[in-house]
Amino acid sequence: MSLTETTYWVVGASFALYVVIAIRSRASTTQEFYVAGKGIHPIANGMATAADWMSAASFISMAGLIGLSYNGYGGSVFLMGWTGGYVLLAMLIAPYLRKYGKFTVPEFIGDRYYSNTARIVAVLCLIICSVTYVIGQMKGIGVAFSRFLETDYETGLLSGMVIVFFYAVLGGMKGITYTQIAQFCVLIFAYTVPAIFISLQLTGQPIPQLGLGGTLADGSYLLHKLDHILLDLGFQEYTTALRGSTLNMAAFTASLMIGTAGLPHVIIRFFTVPTVRAARTSAGWALVFIAILYTTAPAVAAMARLNIIQILEPEAGQALLIEERPTWFKNWERTGLLEIDDKNGDGRIQYHADPHRNELVKLDNDILVLANPEIANLPNWVIALVAAGGLAAALSTAAGLLLAISSAISHDLLKRTLMPQITERQELMASRIAMSLAVLGAGYLGLNPPGFAAGTVALAFGLAAASLFPALFLGIFSQRVTREGAILGMLSGISVTLIYVFQHKGIMFIPGTSFLGNLSPNWFFGIEPNAFGVVGAMVNFAVTLIVTRFTPAPPDEVRRLVEHVRVPVS
Amino acid sequence: MGKPVSQQTREIYWRENRRLMLILGFFWFVVSLGCGVLWVEPLNHIQMGGFKLGFWFAQQGAIYGFILLTFIYALAMARLEKRLGLEEPDA
Repeated sequence: MSLTETTYWVVGASFALYVVIAIRSRASTTQEFYVAGKGIHPIANGMATAADWMSAASFISMAGLIGLSYNGYGGSVFLMGWTGGYVLLAMLIAPYLRKYGKFTVPEFIGDRYYSNTARIVAVLCLIICSVTYVIGQMKGIGVAFSRFLETDYETGLLSGMVIVFFYAVLGGMKGITYTQIAQFCVLIFAYTVPAIFISLQLTGQPIPQLGLGGTLADGSYLLHKLDHILLDLGFQEYTTALRGSTLNMAAFTASLMIGTAGLPHVIIRFFTVPTVRAARTSAGWALVFIAILYTTAPAVAAMARLNIIQILEPEAGQALLIEERPTWFKNWERTGLLEIDDKNGDGRIQYHADPHRNELVKLDNDILVLANPEIANLPNWVIALVAAGGLAAALSTAAGLLLAISSAISHDLLKRTLMPQITERQELMASRIAMSLAVLGAGYLGLNPPGFAAGTVALAFGLAAASLFPALFLGIFSQRVTREGAILGMLSGISVTLIYVFQHKGIMFIPGTSFLGNLSPNWFFGIEPNAFGVVGAMVNFAVTLIVTRFTPAPPDEVRRLVEHVRVPVS
Repeated sequence: MGKPVSQQTREIYWRENRRLMLILGFFWFVVSLGCGVLWVEPLNHIQMGGFKLGFWFAQQGAIYGFILLTFIYALAMARLEKRLGLEEPDA
């Protein structure tokens, strides 16, 4: 069986599984549609959260970001940032919002800040964060299809949309939860199997997390060897290469952590468990399931980088002859992710940090995970598995985001603000329509990605950190914070972050409109735009607290609401 | 809505909760931003198997620490709730 045939079988089987689950878990009430009836076991919810969380970016791009763009140590910001947020979520947010016991994040903000304006501002922030995020997933679906199944990008995207449409519109949160559990199993298997193979090949150690600290066939430590080779090629040392400055790394990590704890599509997953206690343990389980991938990724990053370098330099001091490059190399050149340019005309591929000498002119981050099984000569079914895993990661995250968007529209905008008189059946119908529109909208943006689609996932975190997290945190931990404070705080936090990003990367990311240029000397204390969310969050906190001092205290029922969410029973 | 909870119990519960958060939050900072970013250079002088210790914290250790902290919090809170009679009935 050819590789494409195998891939069709594996991906087809995984899709059939999702459809069967969708049919079996149809939602019949709004409670089921929004929060899966609050009956999900904490471990099952942990798995669903992990799939919800790990997007195409985590599965396809992250190891490459660490291993290539961020040259090793610098990439730690993603590893710490995208896991550390769960500690904040488990302690500061999830248990209390679960106790609050309703359906959406803007709903809590609207009730706690006794204001429909606050509710609408929260809906707006939610939509900005979630839409920037969902575009990346749609692109991921299209790309995975077109590379592995040899369809064109549009066909791939449409097939993905049909599947999401099917289980998200039919089953709402209930359907999404059960499919996400299946998708987690697919994606984690697909990620770890190639990693185990490669770790065995390089270090003889089946556990990649240990293999990363293991020794190679020649007896030297893998990381030690990688450090030396990279220094020889003119790069920085793998294990110490900073991203910008120490301050920038700290700000980047903190932005991702705080953003994680403020992203609505993750928070609403904790509304589906039966008790407050279950919400806390569920966060722990989610972290365990996420950590399986997140501790494997740095091993994949280092090992694949070493593999590529060794392929390019088969003998010490002798670069690879262009004519002798392996088949996978040629295949990936066709996709445009790999590109060579024999600058000195010696018929060999020199890989070097100096752009004038480097002849591997394009080495896309995504190669590291997507081509990894081929680079390591693994069997076809492993390659097919990677395709199914990438699709599972993108589909599960897209569905979670779409639910967050559509429930904000049908529940917060419609039921709680514009048309409070509609019945439950009408609201359920409205939520299905909103979900259908959200799927179509996301599909449209996936087909016509705006210029800023690339690299906006990190931005979504900055925006969530600067807008929703402070409002949620202060809403629970202070009884005094007022609606005026929260509204102005959210607006100023999200504006400061957006303005900083726009002035460095262009208004709506249109090139040429960035009035400060994307130049590090102009960065505020050397903090890059993607890491600015933590500054936005501080602005939000400061504005909220100052405005609160000058505005009248909230009514008594808000004090009672805060007391109610703080304690698990009552 | 369940049984009423006295004001005193609420205050004890919330005080204990915040105390626990501060302690665990301190360790959260130490394992990640501390060992992984701020103090990574001195820690990198210590070699642990094939890892420099600072690098290990940044790419492995911090994550294991987070898991531990989350479960410690969940267990400690469940115990506190039991002690104060604030356990939820299993749904």
